[in-house]
Amino acid sequence: MTTATARISRPGTSATKPSKNARARERALAWARRAPLLPALIFLIIVTQLPFVVTLIISFLNWNSLRPDQTGFAGLENYIQVLTNADLRQAIFTTIILTVSVVLASLVIGLGLALLLDKKFIGRGLARTLLIAPFLVVPVAAALIWKHALLNPTYGLINGTLTWIWSLFGSNTPPQPDLLSQAPLMAVIVSLVWQWTPFMMLILLAGLQSRPMDTVEAAQMDGATPWDIFRHLTLPHLRQYLELGGLLGAIYIVQNFDAVFTLTSGGLGTANLPYAIYQTFYFANEYGLASAAGVVVVIGTIVVATFALRTVFSLFKKEAAR
Amino acid sequence: MSTLTPAAPQNSVPGPTALNSGSRRSRFGKFGGKSRMDPTRNNTAAGIAAWLLALLFAAPVLWMILTSFHSENDAATNPPSLAANLTLDAYKEFFGASSGVSPWPPLINSATASILSTVLVLVLAIPAAYALSIRPVKKWTDVMFFFLSTKMMPVVAAILPLYLFAKTTGALDNIWFLILMYTSMNLPIAVWMMRSFLAEVPVEMLEAAQIDGANLLLTLRKVIAPVAMPGIAATALICFIFSWNELLLARVLTGVVAGTAPVFLTGFVSSQGLFLAKVCAAAVVISLPVLFAGFAAQDKLVQGLSLGAVK
Repeated sequence: MTTATARISRPGTSATKPSKNARARERALAWARRAPLLPALIFLIIVTQLPFVVTLIISFLNWNSLRPDQTGFAGLENYIQVLTNADLRQAIFTTIILTVSVVLASLVIGLGLALLLDKKFIGRGLARTLLIAPFLVVPVAAALIWKHALLNPTYGLINGTLTWIWSLFGSNTPPQPDLLSQAPLMAVIVSLVWQWTPFMMLILLAGLQSRPMDTVEAAQMDGATPWDIFRHLTLPHLRQYLELGGLLGAIYIVQNFDAVFTLTSGGLGTANLPYAIYQTFYFANEYGLASAAGVVVVIGTIVVATFALRTVFSLFKKEAAR
Repeated sequence: MSTLTPAAPQNSVPGPTALNSGSRRSRFGKFGGKSRMDPTRNNTAAGIAAWLLALLFAAPVLWMILTSFHSENDAATNPPSLAANLTLDAYKEFFGASSGVSPWPPLINSATASILSTVLVLVLAIPAAYALSIRPVKKWTDVMFFFLSTKMMPVVAAILPLYLFAKTTGALDNIWFLILMYTSMNLPIAVWMMRSFLAEVPVEMLEAAQIDGANLLLTLRKVIAPVAMPGIAATALICFIFSWNELLLARVLTGVVAGTAPVFLTGFVSSQGLFLAKVCAAAVVISLPVLFAGFAAQDKLVQGLSLGAVK
């Protein structure tokens, strides 16, 4: 695709020694080609890159908006505080635990669902639509439903169902766990896994359906068991899709704010970095400290993103090679 | 066995012909061809398992919808009251004047911000995608990755300067500022998606148009638009969904006047105390546009979220 496009779109660049006139015309042509790109590029640089540069500057300042007279250069003080402040350090750990567990769990469950949905059965379209629903509910609404309608210890659906099941066996002392106060981080993780599994499933389903079936049929002819086929054909083919799903999931989940904000308001060790930063500047007015924490998140994301870019790039090259 | 990778399927896996001629022994040894499972039985089992899991995953959503049609008394029971009478009370209460807080301004704000930012995104993204696919600029991959990298930067890393800027210029609690923010949030995704859609325009058709002497506008209208239209629609839907769902920016940058539906939803609960049916009704109303848009564009949704990398 790329080579072909380049062929038609670059006419007459092979001239041996371009005259001044030809060079000017070529430059004008290059600008004409660039022009449609520039509005988007300039807009994004102004709205996303400029603020980050400001964040970077503020992160080296001692700045609490409630004490404007004490504003000044702070050197690395904010960064040291991010790494030593118990709350912020806890937020870093929470972010890592939250991201890793949600990504892994939703990938594994998503893979199972994708394998099931790859087979033909009655009502497959409807089952697929039902499975996508968690991903489509507005995140805040989803978090509210988990908090009040499902996990509420006295009248939530989960404990209600436990009561009902126990009553079937004639018991009136069903277990009534209170996940939100006993294991709040687990509650956040469960609700996020529920929300992100459909995303993983859809990516992996796209991967499964792009699998070359002739090799699978050939292997079947050869007497391969379903497990053989999964292990040696399906899984290697899905690797890229698993990586893509995992890394994109990580990028979205590292930034999660809605679930933490709504389910627990960051209480009991559930504050992740986005929530902690929000609190640091919005309520504590510690602008310098919040900015330093923001820069730390960016550094962490860059590490993840480097891998993500590589995966996306390999898919990209595949497409370009077609 | 390890040669059975998709990387080199042509030469490593024997085709049916080779097998039938009996010239090669099975790679899978003694199992021969007998262990293949009966496809019908297999699918029934998979179907049942898939349906059970689908119902389990959809249960919270279905429960939310059911509860929204219950009275407050029936909503908060243990064990759950599946068979309770259905009523529209929660919806009447949500939209009604009795509560004193109208949901219409936030819903209208959300619609305004989502629709206008989507239009802005398309206006900026379509020419950019054209410059990255049909007549690509030099180093177009670098530009693509710059767009992507802006998406990977967490919002929290830029939100304080944006907040301070809005505060000093009076743009705080102004829907237009939020629209600009949503535009920048969705633009990279839109460029990636649109590029992958425009890349599907067959080169032969572009060449043919060029040879026939068609000018740019005619080529756009007759060759590119028919192929790209479904893609544009899908991109628009995804930008709409993301803007509609967004909470952090709206929470920090808006207030009473420009507050969006998600912000309203969080405030609505704390100010109203707990009325479960009403909370569910509110969640249903606010999720409805996204549910409709999302079901309409299931595949495109993944493509957008995976930045156009998965087709």
